Order: sequence, then structure tokens, then C-alpha cells
Amino acid sequence: MSVVQLFNGLVTGSFYALVALGLSIIFGMMRVVNFAHGAFYMLGAFGAYVLLDSWQIGFWWALILAPLAIGCFGMVLERLLFRRLYALDPLYNFLLSFAVATIIQDAMRLRYGAQGKPYRVTSQLLSGVQHIGSTFYPKYRLFVIVFSILVCVVVWFLVERTRIGMVIRAATEKPDLTRALGVDVDRWITPVFGFGVALAALGGVLAAAMQQVRPSMGEDLIIVIFAVVVIGGLGSIAGSVVAGLAIGVIAAVGEAYYAQVSSTLVFIVMAIVLLIRPAGLFGSVEGA
Amino acid sequence: MPDGSLLSVENLSAWYGEARALSDISLEMRKGETVTLVGRNGAGKSTMLRSLIGLHKQVRGRMTFGGADLSRLSASQRARRGMGYVPDDRGIYATLSVEENLLLPPAIGPDPWSLERIYAMFPNLRERRRHPGSKLSGGEQQMLAIARVLRMGATLLLLDEPTEGLAPVLVQQLVVLLNEAKEHGVTILLIEQNLRFATAVADRHYLLVQGKIADMLTNEEVRVREHQILEYMGV
Ligand SMILES: Nc1ncnc2c1ncn2[C@@H]1O[C@H](COP(=O)(O)OP(=O)(O)OP(=O)(O)O)[C@@H](O)[C@H]1O
Ligand SMILES: [Mg+2]
Repeated sequence: MSVVQLFNGLVTGSFYALVALGLSIIFGMMRVVNFAHGAFYMLGAFGAYVLLDSWQIGFWWALILAPLAIGCFGMVLERLLFRRLYALDPLYNFLLSFAVATIIQDAMRLRYGAQGKPYRVTSQLLSGVQHIGSTFYPKYRLFVIVFSILVCVVVWFLVERTRIGMVIRAATEKPDLTRALGVDVDRWITPVFGFGVALAALGGVLAAAMQQVRPSMGEDLIIVIFAVVVIGGLGSIAGSVVAGLAIGVIAAVGEAYYAQVSSTLVFIVMAIVLLIRPAGLFGSVEGA
Repeated sequence: MPDGSLLSVENLSAWYGEARALSDISLEMRKGETVTLVGRNGAGKSTMLRSLIGLHKQVRGRMTFGGADLSRLSASQRARRGMGYVPDDRGIYATLSVEENLLLPPAIGPDPWSLERIYAMFPNLRERRRHPGSKLSGGEQQMLAIARVLRMGATLLLLDEPTEGLAPVLVQQLVVLLNEAKEHGVTILLIEQNLRFATAVADRHYLLVQGKIADMLTNEEVRVREHQILEYMGV
């Protein structure tokens, strides 16, 4: 396997990690298995596309504006829809998120068509290639790896080292007791949901330049992301990141050696992990 | 509310689906009092505490705390008004460090304990403050759960079987600790199977039988009727 293949794996893994991270935080705190997470990712990519196409606003601004806008949209959806179902079986919110995903996707298909749209990163800084040993690698892709890992580290810091992160961890582990200890968990639910959505959108912005921007791009991703989150351990922050990167690389290895199974490989890995550690790599039985 | 009354419960009933766990419980606690609930397994003791803090919601009846109608308050609002709950499983967070477990509840009330004071009282916790909560022994978890509500500054402690599984020396330490809290005016409602401990810390006792209050006893009565009570409790 070549360095280029390894790096390609890391790039894919970076997307997985970012998107899985948001999914994992939302699942942990709200117990919502958010099927719409892929749609938010897709909206992130479209956000970047529309900013450039309609307003000539380039990549760096898109990296901030699109996640912000889509995170706010997520908060509105949480307030209007998801919130109403927390008291019921989590299955209801899963079904709701499925409906939301379908509606968003079809709305985008109506507006922009099913055809992929190209997106170009306008920044000089990120164009061209970089020497790595004896080969070359696109600068933009290197940026994606470094930037995603940086974001994951910042999120890890927020979750592990701040008061709000402590509340998220506590509410993830024992939601009712956390309330009974006087913590106003509900105040944090909407912002945390919005934050998780923004992470998906951020992944989408990064992906826009590497694949065609199209309404179905989230649909393809979300299934793999579910597998990543299950492998990492439901609700585990570190698990999502590590599993995301690992699955990206494993898929690249699969691609290199057994192209026929590369798309199934992630699910084979998931089955093996579940057999050995049913709670996932980083999951605990209580945390799940 | 009568003079000095902190907690008042009138005709409280609780259900799990169709099954009734508490029937028409009425009790009153004055500020600074320590009262135990004794009763055999399944009598409804834990349900009583969970109803008071707001974790058990299928209830009917009137509960007031410091004059406030509890039915209007969420669990977190009840806690912030001064109720400190220690569940029967201790409720220690495995994903939080020992110190984070202590710092999670907001500090409220007139007298929240400082970390320094907690650590002076429990040197073990100081030593392990950076460890995850899951790495503590059962006894240490118990101490941490109680330390957590003291750190919070709760004025009413709701303790679900705090001595269960504790070594005798730790039970002694708990007696000292609760007496110190009482000196600071803290009110305590605790579930207790250990009658020695109960009479060492409490002023009076409610005997709970099948979800009803069968009797209210003084320390003296508990000592005299120990055999009968133990039989009631099925010990
Ligand atoms: N989650 C639940 N679902 C259904 N019934 C329950 C539940 N929890 C408790 N009960 C029932 O309610 C009654 C009171 O239970 P509770 O836990 O309050 O008793 P307890 O006095 O605390 O007992 P123990 O000494 O064993 O802790 C019991 O009959 C029990 O079976
Ligand atoms: Mg009990």
C-alpha cells in the first residue's frame, strides 16, 4: 500500500470522524439516533456551493458561515420537532429524523436537481501539491486531514476539560440523576444539538471540493457513519474519532487489495467488533 | 405550614403502572431534624425518596418543601432549592473524575462545603481526585455520593441506605459526618436497615409497611421494640 493510499484513507477517515463525532454527541445527550445527520452534512456542502455560486463567498468564509447557519437550522428543528418526542421511546425520534432527512433531501433535489455540482476551493494557499517523501499529495487533502484532527482535538478539549463538557458527559451517562443533582440539563440540549449538526455541516463543507455536491451525498455517508459510531461505542467521543480514522484507512486498504469487498469491509469490521466487544471499542455498558 | 416545618407530605401515593407502591403517606419534618424510614425490602422506601426529589413522577398527593409546592418544580429545581439526593446505587459517574463528581451539582444554599473541607474529611477522595469515579471502592463511592451533596450545600439530605455494604469503621465515620452536618442545621431523611446506626443519628423513625406508614417511633421505642421491628423488617 502506498503513502498516497494511506493518506486517502486518512482523508476519508477525517470526514467519518467529524460527522460521527456530532452524531455521537447528539446520541449521547439526547438518545436520538439522528438519521438526518447525513442530510446536515449534505446541507453543509450545499452551503459552501451556494455561498460561492450566488455570492462569490469563498472557502474560508464558507468554513465558518455554513456550519453556523446549518447549526442554527438544527437548533430550530430541535426546538420545533425533536424536543416533543424525548419522553417517548427513542425509536420515535429515529423515525422523525428519518422523515426530516427525506424531506431535506427531496427539497434540495427539487431546488437543485439530482445532478452533482462542482465546487472549487478558491484559496491560493490550498491549491497545488505538497512533496511527501518521494511522492506528491494535494495540499487541500492534507489540509482536510490536519484541520479535521484539529477540530476533533478542540471538541475533545471542550468535552473533557470544560464545565459544559462535564455536564454533557454526566447527562450522557445518567440523564435523570444529573437533573436530580440540580443541573439544568435541558438548557444545554438545544445548543448541544446545534453543535453536533454544525460538525456534520463542517464535514460537508470540507467534502464539497472533493466530490460532486449533490442531494444524495449524505444518504450514502450516513450508513457508514452509523457503523463507525457503533464500532467506536455509542456515545463515546474518543471512540467516534478513532473508529472514524481507522475505518477510513481500513477502507483504503480494502480498496487497494480487495476492491470487491471494500464497501462491505466496514460492516465486516463492525460485526467482528460487536462479537468481541458488544459495547464498541470505547463504549461502556452503562454509557450505551 | 407549622412553625419550623421544612418538609411536609400529605396523602402521598405512588404507582408503578397499575401497581401501588405508596398509599396515603403523610409525614412532617422540622428543620434540623433527622428522621429515618425503616421497612423491609419492597416496602416503598426508595420510591418515597425518588418521589420527593422528582425522579418518580407517577404520584398523587401534596408535598411541600420550605413552603414551596413540589408538584410545580422539576427535579433540578427541587435540588437547587436544597434537596441533596444520594441514590441507593450511589450514582457515581464513571466518566467523571472524583473531583468532577463533587463539582457537578451547582453550589447552592447558605453553607456549601469547600473542596478543602471535603478533602480534609475524606483524605481518600483527595488522593484519588483525578481518578475516574468507577475506580473507587464501594465504600469510597458511598462517601463520595454523600460528600457531593454536602459540597452542594443541600439543606435536606435524602439518603437511600447510606450504610449498606460499609465496613464498621466507615459506618462510624458516617455517624460523625452526619452529626457534623446536623450541627450546621442540615435536615436529614434517611433510609436505614441498621437500627444501631439509625438510633445513633436519628431523632425519630417511620416504620413503612407495604407502602403505608405503620408507626412512628422514638429512639427509645426502637430500642425497646427492637425484636419486633426486626421481625417487621424481615431481617
Ligand atoms: N421500576 C419499577 N417498576 C415496577 N415496580 C417497581 C419498580 N421499582 C420498585 N417497584 C416496586 O415498588 C415497590 C417499592 O419498591 P422500593 O424500591 O421503593 O422498595 P424499598 O423499600 O426501597 O426496597 P429495598 O429495601 O429493597 O430497597 C416494590 O414492590 C417494588 O417491587
Ligand atoms: Mg430501596
